[in-house]
This record gives sequence, C-alpha cells and structure tokens, in this order.
Amino acid sequence: MIETSGLRKSFQTGRRRKSTDVEAVAGLDLTVAEGEIFGFLGPNGAGKTTTLRMLATLLRPDAGDAVIAGADLRTQQAQVRRSIGYIAQGGGTWDDVTAREELVMQARMHGIGKAEAQSRAVAALDAFDLTEYADRNCRTYSGGQRRRVDIALGVIHRPKVLFLDEPTSGLDPQSRSHMWDEIRRLRSEGMTVFLTTHYLDEADALCDRIAIIDGGGIVAEGTPTALKRSIAGEVVTVGVADAGAAEKASGVLAEQECVRSAEVREDGGLRLSVDAGETAMPQIMRALADAGIELATIELHRPTLDDVFLTKTGRSLRES
Amino acid sequence: MKTLRDTWLVFQRHMLLMVRSPLSIVLGVAQPVVYLALFAPLLKPALASMGAGSMTDAYRIYVPGMLVALALGGGLYVGFGLLAELGSGVIERARVTPISRVALLLGRALRDVVTLVIQAGIIIVLSMPLGLFVRIPDLLLAYVLLALITLSSASISYGIALKVSSPDVLGQLVNNLAQPLMLLSGTLLPLALAPLWLRRASDWNPFSWAVVGMRSLFAGHTGDAAVWQSIALMATLAVLALTWSARLFARSVR
Ligand SMILES: Nc1ncnc2c1ncn2[C@@H]1O[C@H](COP(=O)(O)OP(=O)(O)OP(=O)(O)O)[C@@H](O)[C@H]1O
Ligand SMILES: [Mg+2]
Repeated sequence: MIETSGLRKSFQTGRRRKSTDVEAVAGLDLTVAEGEIFGFLGPNGAGKTTTLRMLATLLRPDAGDAVIAGADLRTQQAQVRRSIGYIAQGGGTWDDVTAREELVMQARMHGIGKAEAQSRAVAALDAFDLTEYADRNCRTYSGGQRRRVDIALGVIHRPKVLFLDEPTSGLDPQSRSHMWDEIRRLRSEGMTVFLTTHYLDEADALCDRIAIIDGGGIVAEGTPTALKRSIAGEVVTVGVADAGAAEKASGVLAEQECVRSAEVREDGGLRLSVDAGETAMPQIMRALADAGIELATIELHRPTLDDVFLTKTGRSLRES
Repeated sequence: MKTLRDTWLVFQRHMLLMVRSPLSIVLGVAQPVVYLALFAPLLKPALASMGAGSMTDAYRIYVPGMLVALALGGGLYVGFGLLAELGSGVIERARVTPISRVALLLGRALRDVVTLVIQAGIIIVLSMPLGLFVRIPDLLLAYVLLALITLSSASISYGIALKVSSPDVLGQLVNNLAQPLMLLSGTLLPLALAPLWLRRASDWNPFSWAVVGMRSLFAGHTGDAAVWQSIALMATLAVLALTWSARLFARSVR
C-alpha cells in the first residue's frame, strides 16, 4: 500500500554563514502492506513527522520515491491526496467552530456535496462518540475529545491510507485505550494505518508491524514480537530447591531442543536462553520433573522494545 | 468553476468566524470613529484651504480620505491572521485535500473586503448626522473603489507575510509601509498644504489617486476623470497584487 525507496530530506537551519544542514530523514526504504497498522517508533527529532509530511504530499522529498495506494508521490500528487488522510501531530481545528461544522467543511473541501457532507458529519460524530459535544466550539474540548475530532476529520472522505502523527501523545490512559480501539476499528474497516509514536507500549500493543527510527534512519523493522526475539530471544530463569543440583539441572536443560543455552548464575539460579518462552516453560518443567529435580521458581523475562532500541542504538528510548 | 466553489467555501468559513467574534470589526473602526469625533471641530478651518466652506464640505473631504486610510491600513494587517493560520495547522489540514490553493487565499481576501464594507458603513452612518451627504450611486462606486483598495492592500500583506513568515518582521514592514503610503496619499492631512516635491512624490502613490477619486465621489462629481482613473488604477493594482500573493501562496503550500 505504501512503498518508499531512498526517501531523504534535510533542512537548512541557522542564519546564513552559520547555517547547517540537518538531515531529518536519511534514505528511507519501507513497505507497508494493505490493512496493516504500521508504527513508526522513535525518540524526539528522529524524523517521524518529516517522513509523514513527505508521504502526505506536504513536503517535497530531496531524493527518493514513494508509491502510495498505487499513485506516485512525485508525479501524481492529486491522486495521492484522494486516497490518503493525514492527521498532524498538533491537530488543526478552528477554536470558534464546532466539530460538526468542521466535519462538514472538511468533507466539502474534499469536493463532497452539501447534503452528503452533512450526513457524513453526523455519521462521523456518532462513530467517534462525539455527538454529545458536536455543537460546542472546539476550544472547549478536552485533549482526548479534540484528538478524536482530528481523527474524524482525517477520515471523513474514507481514505485508503491514514497517516496519524502521534495519535495519543498527551492523553490519559483511558483516552489512549479508547483511541487504540478507534484505530483498530478503522483498520477493521479496511484502512491501512501508518502511525508514529514514541510510546513503547503503544507500538507493542497496537501495531502489527513497526519500524524503529533514529536519527533519520530505520534501525530495525518487524513485528513487535519478532523484534524483541531478534535481539536475545527470551530468557527463562529457573531456581532449583536443592542448590547442589543446579549443575545437573543445567546439563539436563541444555539438552532440550527449546533451550539455546543454559548457564548457572552466581546465586545458584539458572539462566536459559529460549526462542519462545511460552512454549519452552512447560517443556523445561517436564524435563526437570523427569530428571527428579525439584523446581522452586520459574520466571519468564521478555525483552521489551526498549531493549531492542538499546541494542540497536546504544541508548534507551526512555532516556532520549 | 471549482476555484469559485472552493473560494465560496473558504469565504463562508471565514464569515462564520467573523460573525462569531465580531469584536475585531468594531475594534477596527474604533480609531477612525474617535478621529471623527475629535477632529470634527477642527475640520472646517483646517480644510478651508481645500475649499471647505461648510461642515458638509469638510466631511466630504475628510471622510473619503479616512475610508481610504481604513482600507489601506486595515488591509495591510491581515497577513497576521494568515501566519496564525499557517501556524495552527488549519491550512495544513486543507492542504491534504484537493481544495484549490488559490481559493484558500481568495476566500480570505473576500472576507477582508466584507469587513471593510461593514466598517465603512459604520463610519458613513456615523458621519451623516454630522453633515455628510452622499448620493446612492456615488456611494456604490465608492464601495467598488474601497473593495479594490482592500483587495490590493490585503494581497500585499499576504504576500509579505508569506515572504517573511514571521509576525515580528511582518509588523515592522507593515508599519514602515503603511505610514508613508498614508501620508503620501493625503488621506488625513490634505496634500494641498504640502510642499511641491511632496506632491510630486505622491503622484507616484496609487493610493493618492484613490483618495482623489473618493473625494470626487463624495463631492458628487461622478463625472470627474479622477473617478474612472482611480477605479482603473486600483483594479489594475488589485489584480497584480492578488496574482502575486496567490502565486506565492500556491507555491508555498503546493
Ligand atoms: N521546518 C524545519 N526546519 C528545520 N529543521 C526541521 C524542520 N522540521 C524538522 N526539522 C528537524 O528535523 C529533525 C526531525 O524532525 P521531526 O519533526 O521529523 O522529528 P519527530 O520524529 O517527529 O520528533 P517528535 O517526536 O518530537 O515529533 C529534527 O532535528 C528537527 O529539528
Ligand atoms: Mg513529530
């Protein structure tokens, strides 16, 4: 649905002589499949917004190409605009206008007739749970309500592809999970969603596939699960009741097919690298029982996306 | 056709916003109205050199000048609104739709014209009890002239706003532009009192011609050459300024 190759953008910053080039996006290749929720995860200044703005025809790339819903980003802008919706990081509504008026206006800007625009606005207000506030000025909305208006505006013309810049930044946990549900609903209606986020849990829970972006380039790409497994697999720690049996246990477990490696830690516990923790754990328990070793504790440690980020960039996403 | 429809759409939105916060219109005429009240007693003697023998004569000279100043001054400041919109994301939202780019600017400029028409109406109505009298056909022509002046000054302001893209710089530029333009068009102080070189300089200021045309209309001299000359000049200027700013805008927002 979206395919980019070598997408690049730099900005001039500073005044004349001291001016420097900031490479905001440095050669981006990515593919987003139809009906996917694709997440762009990265710290502040990574180039997420710049990429989205280029794909939404708002910013001309310095180099590279992209095809969106079958239309070429460089030569078929009008066609691209017809198939996309774009919701900016900061939204964009008039303060003194109501959500209903904004929705009608947005539909009309897409060339939709007046009557149809009005009925679509009603439907959108209903779908996004906004009917209650529909006739209040946008300036009076809470952050979550405003964000829902933004998204309703972005999809009023039923685009094939939706670009969502930081859909939940600044929202409380309840509004966030509400927003996730809205995004999943849009996907279930057949929309392809390309969103950016700097929340690890959002990328993890909401996205089918993510790309981790840092300094304008992609450092890792895949499903959240695959990304997490790719760095270290998963780790199971096992404590045996009789500390003297630890070596024996280690030997037994290392022979198991699901265990990549086993070592005895200084505290007498065992650290096992496994591919898939949830299937490995019962096998480990069975193997120990067969060998007559009594199990005291067993724990599964899954790497987080932050571990992935740390491995790939040497920094933690939480800190940056 | 699509451009017309889209312009109408944008215009409606801006009219809605104007109706929702009418204070800006009222604030816009506050200064001219104060001038009207404060200077009224001074008008007759001050404008005697221009042939004002009565209060009606004085107002027929003073009010048209003030209206031109309002159209010129008010129009030159509309760029701030555009910069605010560019910053707030509402224009960006429009840009991802297929709406005509020119319409986004044209619709705004038409709103500016309506603002001025209302403001001019307030001033004219307030001046009537003070002795102003103007015939309806002349008034309509005067409105045409005012609309053209506003289209020009508003477009110039939009153009500069897009060039400098900073409200601070825009403010400085507009101030530096508005002052000499107003002084050199004799909007408030009649140029008849000015030294010759100043009058020569004002010949090069299109708005000075507009003031002369407006005064002819308010004096009831519809047939004066100054009337059609000023309308033709302002129409040309309006077309040039609109084309310039619309092009700049279309390029900057693609
Ligand atoms: N118009 C601009 N002029 C100059 N530099 C810019 C401009 N827009 C973005 N940049 C720079 O490009 C880099 C990438 O910015 P971008 O907005 O894409 O980051 P982001 O990933 O969206 O960050 P955030 O999470 O803070 O929104 C940053 O270093 C930023 O300062
Ligand atoms: Mg951003």
